[in-house]
This record gives sequence, C-alpha cells and structure tokens, in this order.
Amino acid sequence: MLISIIMNLIIILLLLFGTFFIFSSALGIIRFPGVFTRLHAATKAPTLGIISILLAAFLFLYGSHELVSGKLLLAILFIFLSSPVGGHMLSRAAHKSGVKPYLRHREDEYEEYLSSKQEQLNK
Amino acid sequence: MTFQIVLNMIIALIWMFLSESYTLITFLFGYIIGILLLTLLHRFLPGKFYIKPVYKIIVLCLIFIRELILSNLEIVKFVYRKKNNFEPGIFALPIEVKKDWEITLLANLITLTPGTLTVAVSEDNTKLFIHAMHIDDIEDSINDIKNTFEKAIMEVTK
Repeated sequence: MLISIIMNLIIILLLLFGTFFIFSSALGIIRFPGVFTRLHAATKAPTLGIISILLAAFLFLYGSHELVSGKLLLAILFIFLSSPVGGHMLSRAAHKSGVKPYLRHREDEYEEYLSSKQEQLNK
Repeated sequence: MTFQIVLNMIIALIWMFLSESYTLITFLFGYIIGILLLTLLHRFLPGKFYIKPVYKIIVLCLIFIRELILSNLEIVKFVYRKKNNFEPGIFALPIEVKKDWEITLLANLITLTPGTLTVAVSEDNTKLFIHAMHIDDIEDSINDIKNTFEKAIMEVTK
C-alpha cells in the first residue's frame, strides 16, 4: 500500500516536472529574441520534459499493470539521439541562409571564420 | 576485450544451465557472477579489462544527466525573468578529440545541455562553433566544456 502511494507520488511529480518544462519552453519561444536563442528554448527544455513524462508513463505501466514497456525506454533513447541533431541542423541552416544572430555586445566568431575562408579562396 | 565479453557470456550461460532456470533474471545474475570472476582473473587474460571503459561510459552518462538538469533550470530562469539581460554570442571552441564519432558525441552533448548550441564544425575538424545563450566570459565557458565533457569523452576512448 505504502509503496503504491510513493510510486503514485513519484509519477505525479515527474508529470508535473515534465509539463512545467514543456510549458516554459513554449513561453521561451515567444519571449526570446532571434532565431538562435529561440532554438535554445525549442530544442532542449522539451527533451527533459518529454523524458520525464515518458518515465512517468513507464513507472505507471510497471506499477499498476506490471508491464515493462520497452517501447517507452526506446522512445527516450531516440529522443536523446535525435533532438540535438535537429537543433544543430536547424541552427546551421539558419546561419547558412543568412539569418543574423541576435547579438548585444558579443562577436559572431563563426561569421569571421567563414569570411576569412572566403578571403583565402579569393586569393 | 571481445574475448572477455564472450567469456562473460559463457559464464552466464553456464550459470543458467547449472541453476536450471532459463530466464532473463538468471542470465543477468550469472553475468554479474561472471563480472566478479573476471575482476579477480582479468590479469591472466589478454587485453585490458572491459569493465573499465564501461564504467567510464556510465560516469559520462551521469555527468551528462547532472548537466542536463542543472542547465535546464538555468534556461527556465531566463524564461521567467522580467528583463532579458542575457548576452548571446557565437564563440569558437578548440577541440582536442580527433575521431569523427567523438566529435559527433561532443557536439551532441553540447547541444543537449541548454545554454549552448553547436552551430557548425570547422572544415579541418579543429573547432566547434557554439552559440551560447549567456556568455559572462568566453574563457570560462570554454574551460567548463573542456573540463567536463571533453575530459570524460577522452577517458572513455583512451
């Protein structure tokens, strides 16, 4: 009895944690300026959110149906693998298509690198 | 190394036959017994002990999970702050790891920890270009990544 209460508590906490992160990342997409800072909010906080929700689902299935769901574990693994690649590709594509990053005082060292490469090619 | 893994599997299988129950749990139990036996006897076998790199990989995963949670909290702080006073910028990170898959792993780990996002890899594979959400000091951020992730990855591949 006590174990199931503790289990339920953990599941509830994980679900709340996950929804909180997904919600705040959605808020971040609206609030942050520029493509790159928005990508920060869009690609990463949801990873933790989705993972904790999937973990909660896994624990629920295990606790109340005695079912070890391998699919959920695989889903966690593939989210881990695919979401950073997605973020990387989007940011690279944004930079390639000429979107200027939102900068306040810092330099864009990648732009400098690309222009120095271009100069070497022109020589 | 492969030989040791095969040996460990064989020990687990023998354990399964000895205890006459052919389930996953018996196999895992036998595997653990095999690991214990190999810890005692690995100096008589050719090659390095294969648990060591596995242990390093587990350490890498733990570091990664800690960083993931800590820096997610960081970004959530940025979301709920009234004024956006962060300093985004793209900086170059010189990397020491050479192999393709090491660079891929490093780039993915950097991307998954919020606050940093890998934008590109330079053509000669010596630099990563990282977009950071908030840079106090470029040197600090570079040292941070170098001391945690790159060190852990190099430990695994060493």
